[in-house]
Parts: sequence; structure tokens; C-alpha cells
Amino acid sequence: MNFTVITSQFWSLVLQGLALGLIYALVSLGYTMVYGVLRLINFANSEVFMIGTFATLYLEIHVLGYATNAESLHGFKLAWTLFVVFIGAMIACALLAILVELVAYRRLRARGANRLASLISAIGVSIALLEGMRILTISRPMTTPRLLDKWSFGEFHGANFRIDTMLAIVIPIIIFFALDRFVTKSRLGKSIRAVSMSEENSKLMGININRVITLTFCIGGLTTGAAAFIYTTVYENTVFNVGFNMGIAAFTAAVLGGIGNLRGAFYGGIALGMLEQFASAMLGSQWKAVTVFTVLVVVLLFKPNGLFGEAVQQTRT
Amino acid sequence: MANLTQFNLRDKGAELWAGWPRPVRTIFVIAVIVIIGLTPFAASWGPTSFLNTPITSFQNVLVYPVAMFVMMALGLNIVVGKSGLLDLGYVAFFAIGAYSQGILSTLYGWNTWEVMPFGIGFAMIAGVILGLPALRLRGDYLAIITLGFGEIVRIVAINLHVTGGPNGIPGIPNPPSVFGLHFDLMHPQTFFWLVFAMILLVIWMVRRFTVRRPGRAWEAIRQDEDVAALMGVNTLVYKLWSFVIGAAVGGAAGVLYASKVMVISPDMFKFDVSILILACVVFGGIGNIWGVVLGASILAYLPERIRFISNARQLVFGIVLILMMNLRPNGLLPRKKREKITEKRAI
Repeated sequence: MNFTVITSQFWSLVLQGLALGLIYALVSLGYTMVYGVLRLINFANSEVFMIGTFATLYLEIHVLGYATNAESLHGFKLAWTLFVVFIGAMIACALLAILVELVAYRRLRARGANRLASLISAIGVSIALLEGMRILTISRPMTTPRLLDKWSFGEFHGANFRIDTMLAIVIPIIIFFALDRFVTKSRLGKSIRAVSMSEENSKLMGININRVITLTFCIGGLTTGAAAFIYTTVYENTVFNVGFNMGIAAFTAAVLGGIGNLRGAFYGGIALGMLEQFASAMLGSQWKAVTVFTVLVVVLLFKPNGLFGEAVQQTRT
Repeated sequence: MANLTQFNLRDKGAELWAGWPRPVRTIFVIAVIVIIGLTPFAASWGPTSFLNTPITSFQNVLVYPVAMFVMMALGLNIVVGKSGLLDLGYVAFFAIGAYSQGILSTLYGWNTWEVMPFGIGFAMIAGVILGLPALRLRGDYLAIITLGFGEIVRIVAINLHVTGGPNGIPGIPNPPSVFGLHFDLMHPQTFFWLVFAMILLVIWMVRRFTVRRPGRAWEAIRQDEDVAALMGVNTLVYKLWSFVIGAAVGGAAGVLYASKVMVISPDMFKFDVSILILACVVFGGIGNIWGVVLGASILAYLPERIRFISNARQLVFGIVLILMMNLRPNGLLPRKKREKITEKRAI
């Protein structure tokens, strides 16, 4: 037990926790959106994230042609390149998420199958993607070019405001704000909420259920892709099984905040990120996962629907 | 396609079985047991030699993964199939059993038979510790908690000194001989018979439970927990029982596994094992013992049989899962529909 780190590194831990937590929050949207509408765990989302990191890598190295040791970019060129890669990764993940829905869920749903059946077919997709990528990359970790020079805005009591940390905080907040507006205000967003309240009734109101579900997977894919881009930009490497830990963490974040709840995912992600940072600073990083799950159990005992409640329709008014 | 998806082998089998007189049933059961008992020799017998597995010897494959997976799938089936609780961390109980055997035999010199009740006991205690808080929660929360528990057990095993850290525990002794049967590297078939006997025991236990009070309580909980509670079923107690019994089976499998492979390490108890066992249960047919046995045998055996495409075998495995679930969402041998029985009675 090392309590002194809390005081000495407090702001640094908060900043890192925030950055990590917001990446979790973005990935956990892939779980929470789908859960809100289908009441199913979108098991393949972790591999959507993995494919997203590789899409980022592929775009940077093979499409835009930067070598792994390429010099970092500056000014307009930097912004433009990152933007293109960002959008590319998001689109790749969204397409993959839609494909996952088509392959693993649609047919089973049409036949009214057991929910575990969809879980297993999603696990099948997950294994297939994971193994496919393992074979393609020969199990080797890969590094991406450092396009973004890691300069710092300054320091605040040991917290280093580096540009990539700031990006990892700012981009998710913008995405969450936009998504929250979209779900509460727009017509499509309203139809998502309607389906999550009652599938039968929304069908009667003339909502195309299949389209809404595809849209939900698409949104989950987009945010997961954004998270994958940020992750790759910050850590500058990826490996075929990168999705596993991310998937578990993001799912935990979703449950912590109240699965099916947009804002819950946001705060759950931040809470989880902070928790992980502080736990690994105090107890050593090997006990990180143990602390996280213990806290999760305790939280669920007192708030059985997660911190912000599960009822999508109530919290998303 | 419609034929393939609607044909229910399970009901056909039950119909045949119901029509047989008692002696025929006895002969049938003995014949099946003998045939399965002879499978370790199938690879060296001409007509069935196509079963032989490349790389790993067929007899070893039969013990682990096939027989072990059947046993664990039966245990998990009590939790997932009978009472409808989604457990994503079943490997934890397997690990606890294996580590009980590893620690008690290497440090205190106990043999497998002496460790067995303790291994089962530890797994059951772990089941209570995990179940008491977790089972108060609803479905999908249970999934994440059990998943976390599976990871916690593995992480604890990596970080503790007594479990040998990431290197695990080497030099675990084989079980001592009983009735002139030797359990060692040279005799994998005796291990197979041992696990097979345990599987029969588990099947017998589950069948007894199913027709008695706990079985009815589990069925009620699975169909609608609130209604079950309203009808006076103490849902938490029965859910806990199903959880603990499932854990006991997993623990027993773990003890046997550790004394078979002689060396255990945290790597063997990863999340994928839980998922694989769950896949066995769902693939075969949730809630139906014979479906689970069939599903586990196929899913455990298949990756070993197709080792010649070694690199892509897991990929093929994933695709098989997707295809099977799309073609037969209720599994190979789906559970008997309760409605059908009542219909027949009404007529």
C-alpha cells in the first residue's frame, strides 16, 4: 500500500485517468447502445476496436504511405492527415459493426432465438476476427509512425498536459456531446429511444426496427473507431489481442454507469479510468483488475442498476 | 434447410426410449457405456482410425480436452441451462480445483483422492463467496461479475507466491493406482475411464436433481424469476445451490486435470476456457444433458482433429460457431419443450 502517491501524483493520475477513462467510455458506447436497444451483450465489439487500431495503422502506413520511422508532421498537414485517418478508422469500424449485426444477430433475431444463441454467434465472430488478424499479422505487435509530435502544453503539479492526452480528452467529450444531442433531439435518435422502450409499440408507430438496430450498431462502431484511433495515436502500437482487455474494461465501464444509458457510459468510463490509475499507483498495476472488479461488485450491490440507472427511457429524456 | 432446423433428434430419442421395456433400456445403457469405454482404442482399430488426431495422441485428446470439457460443460449446464444464470467465469472453479491439487499435493504430499473432497469443497466455498453478492443481481450483471471473478482468480494465481506466480506449479504427482489401474503418462486410457465415471456420476446427479424439488425450482426461476418468488420459491437459495453445484463439478474437473497434466500455470485458466465451455453448452443445446455432452465432445475434439490446418483452426472454429448458431439457434439437441408435454396430456 502506497498512499503517498495519491498526494504527490494526484493531478497526474487524474489527468491520465481521465484520458484513459474517456477512451473506455467511447468503446463502452458500442456495448451500451446495442444493449439499450437489443438487450444483448455485443460481444464482438472488442474485436471491432482491434480492427479499428489496425485500420488506423493501415491507413497511415499503406494508404498515406508514411514509414514507421517517418518524421512527425506539423501545421495544416498534420491536422489534415489525422483527420483523414480518424474518419477512415471510424468508417471502417462502423462498417464492420454493421456486418457483425448482419452476420451474428439479424437472422437469429428474425427467428426469435434464445439470447444466448446470439451471444455465442457473436463470440464466433469475435474469435474469427481475432484469429484472422492473428494469422495476418503472424502474432507480431506493430508500431505506427509518430505523426503527432508529443509536445506539451505545460505542467500543473506534475500533470503533464501533452497534446495526445489532451486529444484523448477533448475528442470523446465532443463526440459524447454530439451523440447526446443526436439521441435526444433528432428524429432518428428519438426512434432509437422508442425502440429501446418498446420494440412492439415502435413497430406499430411505423419505425423500421431493422434500420434502427443497424443504426445503433453503426453508432457503436463509429465511437469504437474513434476510440481505436485515439488509442493508436497515444500508444503508437497495436497487436492482434489488443481488444480483449479493452473490451472487458469498456463493458465494465458500461455496467458501472448503468448499461443501456448514454451518460452512464460517459461517467462509468471516467470512473473506471480514474479507479484503474489510482489502484495501480497505490497497489501496483498487477492488482488493478482485482480492485476494479471488487469496486464493481460493491457498487452493484448498493446500486443494482449501475451508478446512473439502466432505464434508457428515463435518463435520456 | 427447414428440415434441418426443425428436426428434433432429442424428441425422437425420448420417444424411442419411452417405448422400450426396462431390460432393453438396461442393455442399451450398458452397451453405450462399453462402447464409450472402448473409445480410447478407436484410433488403433481400422474402421474408426479416421478419428485419430494428428500431433497430440488420440488418447490424451480424449482425456483433455474432450472428457474434461464434457464434464465442465455438464457442470456449467446446471448454472446456465437449468437455472438460466449466465456465468462467464466458470474457469475460476476449474482453476481453484487445479490449484488445490497443485498446492496440497506438492506442499503436503496428499494424493489426488485425498485432495478431491477438499478441491470440491474449496470450489463450492468460492461459489458461495461469489454467488451471495452476485446472485442478487439480474442476468447481465451476473455475467460481468462472474467474468471478473474468473480474471481475479487468474490474477491472484499469477501474483501469489504459493501458487508459483506466472510459472505455476510443476511436479504435481499422478493419482496413485487403484484396483491395479495405473494413472500415469503411459496409461491415458485409465484417466479417460476415471473422468468418464465422474461424468456418469454428474449426469446421474443432474438427472436426480431435475426431477426433484431443486430441478422444479430452477425451471421456475429460469422461466420467470419474479413469478417463482411469488409462488414461494426461495430464489436466492436455489440459485446459490445451482451455482455451488456447478462450481463443485468444475472443482472436481480441476483436481483431475492438475493430476493428469502434472504442471499447471495461470495461462491455462484464461477467459477463453470459460467461453469455450459456454460455447459447448449452447452449441449442444442449453439445458439438455445429451445435447451438452454431444456439443462439448464436438467442440473439444474438432480443433484437435483439424490441427493439420494448425494456424487457421481457431478461425474455422469461430466460423463453425457462427454457422451452427444461425442454422440451429437452439443447439444440436434442443431441450424438451415443456409445452409439448402438457399438450399431449391435455389430449
